[in-house]
Amino acid sequence: MEKEQFYYDNKIVRNFIYATILFGVIGMLVGLLVAFLYLFPNMTDGIPWLSYGRLRPLHTNAVIFAFVGNGVFAGVYYSLQRLLKARMFSDFLSKFNFWGWQLIILGAAITLPMGYTSSKEYAELEWPFDIAIALVWVAFGVNMIGTIIKRRERHIYVAIWFYLATFIAIALLHIFNNLEIPVSWTSMKSYSVYAGVQDALVQWWYGHNAVAFFLTTPILGLMYYYVPKAANRPVYSYRLSIIHFWSLIFIYIWAGPHHLLYSSLPDWAQNLGVVFSVMLIAPSWGGMINGLLTLRGVWDKVREDSVLKFYVVALTGYGMSTFEGPMLSLKNVNAIAHFTDWIVAHVHVGTLAWNGFMCFGMIYWLMPRLTKTKLFSEKLANFHFWIGTLGVVLYTLPMYVAGFTQASMWKQFNPDGSLVYGNFLETVTQIMPMYMLRAVGGTLYFIGILVLVYNIIRTVMQGQAVENELVEYAPLSKISSGQMKGEKWHSWLERKPVQFTLLTTVAVAIGGIIQIVPMLVVDSNIPTISSVKPYTPLELQGRDIYIREGCNNCHSQMIRPFRSEVKRYGEYSKSGEYVYDHPFLWGSKRTGPDLMRVGGKYNDNWHFNHMWSPQRMDEKSVMPAYKWLFDNKAMDHSLIEEKLEVMVSLGVPYTPEDIANARKSIEVQSAKIEKSLYNDPDFVKSYEASKKKAAANGETFVPMKDREIVSLIAYLQRLGTDIKIKKTE
Amino acid sequence: MLKFIKHNLETIDGVSLYPIISLSIFFVVFVSYTVWAMTYSKDKIKELSDLPFKEEK
Repeated sequence: MEKEQFYYDNKIVRNFIYATILFGVIGMLVGLLVAFLYLFPNMTDGIPWLSYGRLRPLHTNAVIFAFVGNGVFAGVYYSLQRLLKARMFSDFLSKFNFWGWQLIILGAAITLPMGYTSSKEYAELEWPFDIAIALVWVAFGVNMIGTIIKRRERHIYVAIWFYLATFIAIALLHIFNNLEIPVSWTSMKSYSVYAGVQDALVQWWYGHNAVAFFLTTPILGLMYYYVPKAANRPVYSYRLSIIHFWSLIFIYIWAGPHHLLYSSLPDWAQNLGVVFSVMLIAPSWGGMINGLLTLRGVWDKVREDSVLKFYVVALTGYGMSTFEGPMLSLKNVNAIAHFTDWIVAHVHVGTLAWNGFMCFGMIYWLMPRLTKTKLFSEKLANFHFWIGTLGVVLYTLPMYVAGFTQASMWKQFNPDGSLVYGNFLETVTQIMPMYMLRAVGGTLYFIGILVLVYNIIRTVMQGQAVENELVEYAPLSKISSGQMKGEKWHSWLERKPVQFTLLTTVAVAIGGIIQIVPMLVVDSNIPTISSVKPYTPLELQGRDIYIREGCNNCHSQMIRPFRSEVKRYGEYSKSGEYVYDHPFLWGSKRTGPDLMRVGGKYNDNWHFNHMWSPQRMDEKSVMPAYKWLFDNKAMDHSLIEEKLEVMVSLGVPYTPEDIANARKSIEVQSAKIEKSLYNDPDFVKSYEASKKKAAANGETFVPMKDREIVSLIAYLQRLGTDIKIKKTE
Repeated sequence: MLKFIKHNLETIDGVSLYPIISLSIFFVVFVSYTVWAMTYSKDKIKELSDLPFKEEK
């Protein structure tokens, strides 16, 4: 057949690579800042948008969606065109994908530090962004499937299967996890349609599978293309890759509940999560082995070639974290690791080694090809490799030690049955040296990225950009969509992208359905507790401050049924206590103590003073101060009626009177808190002084009861008290 | 190691049905794609795994 001439779109690939590099730098820089905030908690004192609770989501989102996300797009757009012998389906969709994604990232970089967050990990962005993400994601999918349909190569290579699964699974996960109701169309505030345990289950079904289908399957697709290309030999076993693909996507989606072991999630769901997590080790290692064995016979090249070096460490990192994952999902291991820095170490092996090094290897391999030149300096790339590897080791090892040390200290008992380290802070102070080492490791890794930036700039400068690469290839002959005579059923099914996509969807959906549906439809899965009442309007407002400041990044609200935890924090958490929590705020890491039953534990003044300066209460505290909550301005209660109405629509039993009297209720409750603050003579003194100061400056003085801090105190004092009330009855 | 999982499974109502369902789903799915992969002809597998290199020919 006559050959056709067409152009590969290299410009889009190059743009995505530039974005990958840019956001690699920014994401890691924010990560470093966050790491240093452990050492100097008040480094950014008084600047709300640079406080830990707001920056941590920015860091995770930047690294996952901006750095790795752009890297994945770059890798997909390059390999897809070449594997299918076709230009991308639509240049417009390519550009829409690129610019839409960057705009969302820009929006995230602005709104997350401003405190607009849904609080759900890796899905923090508020509802307008959720819609935008869905649109851009669909554009990516349509562009990809369109390209598959107009391809000039009959067979669809296994890498593309992984790309397709990524598209489908992320679309499903994103939509279901972000079902939320905006408080008003003009506000950046929404409430999750799920509450408490259901919300937690959906969130971690998402959270786990975001790791699976955003940070694993697309990267595996890249592995199946770029590792063979860099090694210049085909993948070790294509048969294994088929088994790898189907078993991975089938099993992964079930494993989410392992994030909620020993929580109030019903046992059956927890156990399901454990079993599937353990099984995951098989396909994960199958994939890793397939990647590593692709290098059989070219290990001598690994010694010189920096790209192959990056891939080898990336695959080893993948192997390590996918061995560790199933281990961490065993209940006895999880009991130790959960809420500690062990998990932080685990995810950083995944991101820094597996995702990061795959991206770096790909960038070093792609950029010279896109600019028709050689890499500026192989030596610098090798330097990047070594300093990066050292960075990963220095980052993760101290975090493992920190996690294990702290967990052991939490569980240490005296012979008389009291806790050896009753003061939570002692267990934090103990691991400070580890936090220092972690910051060093992170710095090394970051230096590596700067070296990459320099190397790539010099490479681009010496090369010639080829934005559109001319190719010739024969188009596919028209053939029947049915199975042809003599055609094997393998080839028949695998050349049909729509059926293939449907099969993938089914494989992914089974696990999701089995986990989620029973939780959503069967009331008996969550026993209700009669003494649990909805939050008062002021408490709800305080809860929204808690969410805005990202308190859940460091404080859990989930007491596991362990002797050590019940002793430290109080009665263990019941699923029925969370039925009005839209969204749930269980948290996933305890940098500070659990707050589930902090209500009534301290007086209002304690919270007041603590939020003003945690170091005044204990000089070794690593918590930042929240001085802006005390600013001389009235808290914005303007949306309270709308908020309550949204809650009502989600099934929270506020009466019409509750809503009509919301402001009055706020007035009464906040006045009560202000009155109790007067118990502290120091408060009276400084409060009167600030009144005079305001008068002297001619400012209007906002009474303390109208400021944000009071609502936060109201919320904190409410936490976990529903069950205590029941006890005293 | 398994005692931890077994013990927890006992707390579910009608637990005996769970392993049967999950085993059958897995048996069918796993066997299907293994058979699928194994019955591929050798030539075809070679052709497929060479796809990333086709452009240079």
